[in-house]
This record gives sequence, C-alpha cells and structure tokens, in this order.
Amino acid sequence: MEKRALKLSVNGQEYEVFIHPKTLLVEVIRDHLGFTGTKRGCETVSCGACTVLVNGVSVKSCSILAVQVEGMEVTTVEGLEKDGKLSPIQKAFLDNGSYQCGFCTPGMLMSATAFLNENEGREVTEHEIREGIEGNICRCTGYNSIVRAIDAVAKGTYKEE
Amino acid sequence: MINDFNYLKPGSVKEAFEMYAEHDDCKVICGGQSLLIVMRQGMVAPEYLLDIKGLDELRYIKYDEKDGLRIGATTTHREIEKSPVIQEKYPVLALMENKLASIQTRNWGTIGGNLAHADPAGDPAPVLIALNANIKVGGINGERTMPLEDFFKDYFETALEKGELVLEVHVPVPPPKTAVVYQKFNLLDSDMGIVAVAASITLNGDDTCKDARIVLGNAAPIPKRVKNAEDLLKDKKFDEKLFEEAGKISYEESEPVADIHASEEHRRHLLSVLTKRMIKKAWEQARAVA
Repeated sequence: MEKRALKLSVNGQEYEVFIHPKTLLVEVIRDHLGFTGTKRGCETVSCGACTVLVNGVSVKSCSILAVQVEGMEVTTVEGLEKDGKLSPIQKAFLDNGSYQCGFCTPGMLMSATAFLNENEGREVTEHEIREGIEGNICRCTGYNSIVRAIDAVAKGTYKEE
Repeated sequence: MINDFNYLKPGSVKEAFEMYAEHDDCKVICGGQSLLIVMRQGMVAPEYLLDIKGLDELRYIKYDEKDGLRIGATTTHREIEKSPVIQEKYPVLALMENKLASIQTRNWGTIGGNLAHADPAGDPAPVLIALNANIKVGGINGERTMPLEDFFKDYFETALEKGELVLEVHVPVPPPKTAVVYQKFNLLDSDMGIVAVAASITLNGDDTCKDARIVLGNAAPIPKRVKNAEDLLKDKKFDEKLFEEAGKISYEESEPVADIHASEEHRRHLLSVLTKRMIKKAWEQARAVA
C-alpha cells in the first residue's frame, strides 16, 4: 500500500498531505491538519458529529476516503467565522442555548449551514428545519433550541452586518 | 480497522473495466457509504479498491417521453431526490430517496453503489422493481441489461460477473392509469426499514386492476415480489377485503429474519399491513391519473 499525495482546500486554504489511501477524511481534517472542531463520533454514518461541507454539500467525514475529495473544497466548523466574527448560525446557537455538552455542535452547525444556504431567500417550515438536521444526533438539547436557532437565522434575525 | 489496500483510480469507464479485469481480489467503491462500514468491521478486506466515484460519465439523469428515465450509476441519492423531472414523472422515487438515510449520506452515496451492495433492507430496489426497472452492467467483454429483479441473488450477492460494474438504471415509462407507492416501517426517520413494501397498480378503463407489482423490502434475502398477491388482484374491482387477502399472502410468503429491531412474527405482521395499505393507496392514486 503506497502513500500518496493529496491536495485539498480546507476553509479556503490549500493543503497537501501525504497519506495512506485508507485514510478517512475526518483523519486528514483532525490528525493531519489539526482542525479538531470536527468530531469522531459513531464512525458508522449514524451520528453526524463528523459532518463537514465538501464543495458546499454536507457529508459525514468519518465515512469518506480522503482521496475521494482530491481538489475539492472542504469547510469545517473552523471555517464558519469570518474575520474573527461568528457566522449568523453560530451567534444564534449561543443566544438560544443550542448546545450543552457541545459534542454534536460542530456537525450540527455544518448541517444547519448547508440547510440555510440551500434555502436562502425562502421561508422554511419547522418540519423542513428538522429534516435538515435529520442526520445529526444530539443527546442533550432535545433539538428544540437548535431548531429555534436555525429558524431565527432563516427569518433574518442575524443578518450579517 | 480498515485493511491496507491498493488504491486504483480510473480516469474513464473504459479504464475502470481494464483495471477491474486486471486485478483479482478487487472491490469497487463509489460513495462508500455502505462499503466503508463493512470494511471497518473487517467483513470485507480486499487487496485492491477501485474508486469509480469520480467517473462523471456515469453521473446523469436523462428523461425521454418514449424511453423513460435513465440514471447513471454514480448519480447521488440527493441528485435523484432533488431532480425536477423525477419529482414530476416518478414522484415515488424522489419520496423514497427523501427517506433514504440522512442528507449527508444522500449527498455522497450513489444509486449504483446502493444496488451493487445488495442489502435486502435497501430502499431503492423495491421501488425500482415495482417500477419495472432494468439495470445495465458491463465490463471489458461488453455490456448487458437485465430486469432489476433478476439482479439480486442472495444477501449482498448480485448477478454481477467478475469484472463487471453497474452502469445505469433504466425506468420505462409507466403504462397509463398507473401509480406506484412505497412505505417503509422504521422507528427513526433516517433509518433503514425494518420492513418495506412497494406497490404498483395499473387500472383498466373501468377501474378494474389490469396489472399489479408488489415488492417486499427486508423480507427475504432479496427484494421479494409477491406474485400470488399480484395475481389475486388482477381483473378485480377495488375491494378492501381483497387487499387484506393480499396482505395475508405477503405474511405467508415472506421469509424475514428476526433481529434486535423486530421478531420474525412482527415483521410478517408489518408486511401484511403495509401490503394492504400500499395496494389501497396505489389504487386510489391510479384512479386519479390519466
């Protein structure tokens, strides 16, 4: 099994890593590049703690071979803030108490971001919000505070200044 | 632990055929949403892994009014779910995809990978078989097409010969006055079905049943057609007692396993209820379509 070079972009920055082909995307993100916001949870595509965006769509990085994202743009939770300012959904999570232990939060924020991007400019229902985070498990909040945060951003409460 | 494997990345379908033919003990990965799980469990440990995820030649959704729908193997579940033409012409496919696993899995997992994995609990197969779909496979020795229901051979076993890849799913244009519905039973929305039933009903002008296709999911080693229930419905009028009878046939002919999610008896019961409900629902929808 030969190691190979992999070029990818994470949070707008180009990286080149030298990896075994069996390396998972979450391992490159956390262990090679040090973005430890992304969590390893169930590792069976169930819990969503490892959710990141690849070319703008949400995926579970525990179950993707890193070599498959060659040349693609990955966004992790560290990529949400801009110029030291939290993104609207991050602010809304703070204001609504949308986390407790925090383990699901990075993945939840990424699914919420993908959902908000996909539905920008249209009204969304609570049911749609809940469907938007169907792939992410939270054992603390009971989801209601997370749904409220996403709803607040969707309604334009957190328009970027 | 995922075993050490050699990674093969073809640049074209032709090259994929060649690489696949040249390497023994080679598994194909596309989205890997099922394969990586069984590799991590050590159940699959190939020497070579052939990665076809990047083959955009096979990533398409084409629709023609005469030919029907053609979906390339590397098309993602999410692309099928969100396709306007599929939502309009084959709504049951889009609805099924909407309930398949989670958004993240649908964004990366592919229709070809799902079918080739041949998990009897997979969602697409029962729906596609109810829709009378065909599957195109191929390798260096050429391509061949077969009805999808002949593709599945056993638990996780398909009719793919050595060196063959899944290339395309073809769904013909449904006959007039046809409706197809699907329902799985599960406890969490993004789970696999504990059991599932797809039903296609085609009506005559006088609203009697012209044709029926009933397919059970996770009820046997392969997606299972219940032909005795289908025959029971033919030429009959809408009759809920008849649907109950058809449900009993599903109960008797299914061969479900017992596991942590449900006992065999409970699965048979669910299959009989879902069969009855799906026939009724498809029948009512078929009445409403032209």
